[in-house]
Amino acid sequence: MTTQKISLTINGKPATCEVDVRQSLLDLLREQGYTSVKEGCGVGECGACTVLVDGKAMDACLCLAVRAAGRHIRTTEGESENGQLSAVQQAYLDTGAVQCGFCTPGLIMTSTAFVEKHAGRGKVSRETIRREHAGNLCRCTGYEGLVRAVEQCLEAKAEPVQPADACACNLPKADRQKD
Amino acid sequence: MFDFDSYHQARSLDEAIALLAQNPRAVPLAGGTDILVRLHQGHPDYRHLVDIHDVPELHGVTRDRKGTIWIGSGTTFSEIMEDPLVTGHIPVLAQGAGSVGGPQVRNMATVGGNLCNGAPSADSAGPLLVLNARVVLQGPKGERELPLEEFYQGPGKVDRQPAEIMTGLRIAGDDYRCWSAHYTKYAMREAMDIATIGCTAAVKLEGRQVAGLRLAFTVAGPTPLRCRSTEAKARGMAANAQLLDMINDSVLNDLRPRDSWRAAKAFREQIIRTLAVRVLGQALKSCDIHVEKDS
Repeated sequence: MTTQKISLTINGKPATCEVDVRQSLLDLLREQGYTSVKEGCGVGECGACTVLVDGKAMDACLCLAVRAAGRHIRTTEGESENGQLSAVQQAYLDTGAVQCGFCTPGLIMTSTAFVEKHAGRGKVSRETIRREHAGNLCRCTGYEGLVRAVEQCLEAKAEPVQPADACACNLPKADRQKD
Repeated sequence: MFDFDSYHQARSLDEAIALLAQNPRAVPLAGGTDILVRLHQGHPDYRHLVDIHDVPELHGVTRDRKGTIWIGSGTTFSEIMEDPLVTGHIPVLAQGAGSVGGPQVRNMATVGGNLCNGAPSADSAGPLLVLNARVVLQGPKGERELPLEEFYQGPGKVDRQPAEIMTGLRIAGDDYRCWSAHYTKYAMREAMDIATIGCTAAVKLEGRQVAGLRLAFTVAGPTPLRCRSTEAKARGMAANAQLLDMINDSVLNDLRPRDSWRAAKAFREQIIRTLAVRVLGQALKSCDIHVEKDS
């Protein structure tokens, strides 16, 4: 089977790779050390392998690696800068949107593309947030934290939940039962 | 790692046709959201691929001075949903495109692949049928064009000859101007699901009278279908509750829903009649006519 040499950019860094034409982008990225990109299903149903290709969220398991030639790929490894988490990554921590963490990298890339597209363009409904994250499955959290994380990113003036006040139930402090 | 035997990337339409002609077992690969899933599952028919993903002639939506809209077969569903020509003139197609899978799938899947797959459940099929879309194909013998209704030949079977590529779809100005259309996808999940029944209704009014009705269903027969006898009965009727009653009583005459693992025949019939009335009601609402069935 043939191999092809491709040049692409991964998280801002140029890369040249010899790829088997049968490889998926998921295979290639993990081989290159970007193991945040997870294989959840391999058939584009769960979104755990979501990466950004020229700014668009795609399932890396259904992209042929050779198609990444000349494109700019982003994974969560590249989202933080000098140890500083991106706004989306920080929001996920603030709202308790992470439990086991397996779906998280894919979800963060989807949210990153969503926030980049919708920021500053007026009110976005919760329904829209949910619909535009429908390609990512999470078995742990029930998605409420995710929706609030995205809302937090879009509402730049929202008061972030302090980590010390956050608890596993994800309810705003006022709604929690008194101990 | 996908298990295929040959792979060639085409950089132009001519090259794609030549590559397909060289290997009769080869199939065109566009978005990959159907074929690569089948390869993952070990399907034997897709082991020879001609990648047309980057063929420039297949991309984009344009409109000429007569108002004819051209949709390149390689246009993704996200591109269709956001294209101003689509949202401005044929928004029902944006509704169909927006109901496919989820955001990642819509960024990758193409309208050409959705149709050439031949699935009777294709979400772009209903809207394109009520727009009287014509399929344009190009192959070693040149170009040919046929109505989408004739392109579908049976479940999973379309009229694409081995070395042909669907280059795009053509929609005439008269087929969308003054027409109001709506698409509803009935499925078990709100996203990431195949339609159980898809219903598209398009209506053209003269005052409060129906000048034209086009009604299409997916997953109600071996191919996506137009409800021709129901459409004929509707012409000249007033847009009121009697029209909806007629639709409810007539629509099943034009369709052949069956029992399947996804839904029983009786259930499909119930959904078909309910959607026919509801979706036509939505199309009429866009013309500022609010009608409800009496019963």
